[in-house]
Amino acid sequence: MNPTRLDPRQRLELYYWMRLTRTFDERMVARWKQGRGIGGTFSQRGHEAISVGAGYALGPRDVVAPMHRDLGTFLLRGITPRRMFANLLGRETGPTGGRDVNLHGVGDLGLGIFSFISHLPQSLPVGLGAAMSFRYRDEPRVAVAFTGDGASNAGLFHETLNMASLYNAPLVVIVENNQYAYSTPTHDTMKVTDIAQRAGGYGMSGLTVDGNDVEAVYHASAAAIERARRGEGPTLIEAKTMRMLGHAIHDGAEYVPAGLLAEWEARDPVIGYAARLVQEGVTDPVELGEIDGRCQVEVTDAVEFAQASPLPRPETVTEGVYAA
Amino acid sequence: MQPEGEERMLTYLAAITEALAEEMRRDGDVLVLGEDVGGEFGGAFKATRGLAAEFGPKRVMNTPLAELGFTSMAVGMAFMGLRPVVEMQFADFISTAFDSIVQLAATSHYRWGAAVPLVIRAPSDGGLRSGPFHSQNPEAWFVHTPGLKVVAPATPADAKGLLTAAIRDNNPVIYFESKPLYRSLTGPVPAGEYVVPIGAAHLARAGDDLSIITYGAQVHEALAAAERLAADGVACDVLDLRTLKPLDEAAILESAAKTGKALVVHSANRLAGLGAEIAALISDRAFSHLDGPVRRLGGLDTPVPFSPPLEDAYRPNAEKIYRAALDLAQF
Repeated sequence: MNPTRLDPRQRLELYYWMRLTRTFDERMVARWKQGRGIGGTFSQRGHEAISVGAGYALGPRDVVAPMHRDLGTFLLRGITPRRMFANLLGRETGPTGGRDVNLHGVGDLGLGIFSFISHLPQSLPVGLGAAMSFRYRDEPRVAVAFTGDGASNAGLFHETLNMASLYNAPLVVIVENNQYAYSTPTHDTMKVTDIAQRAGGYGMSGLTVDGNDVEAVYHASAAAIERARRGEGPTLIEAKTMRMLGHAIHDGAEYVPAGLLAEWEARDPVIGYAARLVQEGVTDPVELGEIDGRCQVEVTDAVEFAQASPLPRPETVTEGVYAA
Repeated sequence: MQPEGEERMLTYLAAITEALAEEMRRDGDVLVLGEDVGGEFGGAFKATRGLAAEFGPKRVMNTPLAELGFTSMAVGMAFMGLRPVVEMQFADFISTAFDSIVQLAATSHYRWGAAVPLVIRAPSDGGLRSGPFHSQNPEAWFVHTPGLKVVAPATPADAKGLLTAAIRDNNPVIYFESKPLYRSLTGPVPAGEYVVPIGAAHLARAGDDLSIITYGAQVHEALAAAERLAADGVACDVLDLRTLKPLDEAAILESAAKTGKALVVHSANRLAGLGAEIAALISDRAFSHLDGPVRRLGGLDTPVPFSPPLEDAYRPNAEKIYRAALDLAQF
């Protein structure tokens, strides 16, 4: 299963990206709770191991089509915390220049990151298009696209997976099953318990992984990516986790049973990985503390950069509707 | 091989095929995809016939029945620098790809600077006794959408020139081709490279008394009406818009200001159609030149009916244009 063993440096990198994602998220959530945000935003809590583990498995020239809980992927693929926080605050210096909200619209073709739209699972067919462009040009590149459990019920999910399998596309689809589509639990929207089962209907590979285990997500993603690169077709990976806060920042998620949250709190992907790295002798609490401190400094810098950045000028509102 | 620029007589449909083939020869990034477009079949209307033999299945790609999915797939290809030309089998089916066009393709450059060089060919319009789901003209939805361009050629030459321009454009372009003109209309088409710029209307007939502003198959109905009107002493401008977004506002205003009377005609249903926008434009910016109300002629506020007497009652034609124009001329 493991195409590559993770060395200690890589394992610490995985921890760093998850911790940076968590620190960024905590700062963002706190700010919004204080009424100092603009518009809505989406907490990443619970999704760190998926977005970091899958994103880390990408090759340098691969393309990724993330969604709104993939801050870890955005960061490790090269959207800096500064640019990301600037986007949250609607600044000119964010990737969308104030044109799109929170993580929406954040993309950078130079970094191989596609922006997503709210209409999940639209990242899947767009990722398929990237994959088919690699096939068209005979390039050994792979596209990875993310979506959620809720979007796996949409017709577009079916259309895309059928085509991906039919065309043997170099595409890996990650379904982040966080058990809730806004207020509705997954068991109220589908009869299957594992979304990965659906892959069989398209004649493609599917597997379920523990979405709170960053190394499990990494290994499953890396294997699927290399399989796709070898021309052996697409894979559907379902990563199971729990959305630890509401759908969006305004949502208190009172509809989620407290016991369920407590159960998943005990399996926190970031804290759990830190404990594992210490236990396995990869690092010690002092070094982890240094990493945590570095993340705090980076996020503080990002917030200060965003706050100091100019807001877009109203006279530029019509710029960019069309490409030259 | 024809000398560059020499005109031959081609059908409207052959002009479309020629534009596709020439652009695919010129630019290896251009490909076509859609239902039934590949192989020897060449699409429901044969617009892509011969292309698979010349360019192979990678560049002439058959898709499953999945307009929403393959349109977004084409957007992903466009992000990577390919220039896909998507065939909707019928313009009526474009509603199944609505999200992919209006939410995804149309917003990408504004939101994050990603160009979407994508063409969607949509065989539209009726008069062919094809019923509610094979006769529609849904252009107003897309004209209403920021970030799209919309064209609707009325002649074989424009069919070639506008498709060439659309393929070379770095934005999503919806190309409404008129099914009733496919084989019924033959006209001169320049051989070789021929581009009709997006955004420029064409004065198909000149007259000082009244402006008929239209596009697509209705251009020919308007020209027939104008011929009769001339015999009655009413000289008409027939302005063929060619591009519906961005509108050639200068050409519309120039014609309306010259004649003082404007009739806007389209096959699409009139209510909240493109004619409403054009009438508002003229009323707003050429008001002092007007000698009468701006009138509109369009389809009825019904689905497009099948049976000949019903479809004829639904759809504008030369006779209805003649009567409406005569009434306006006498205002």
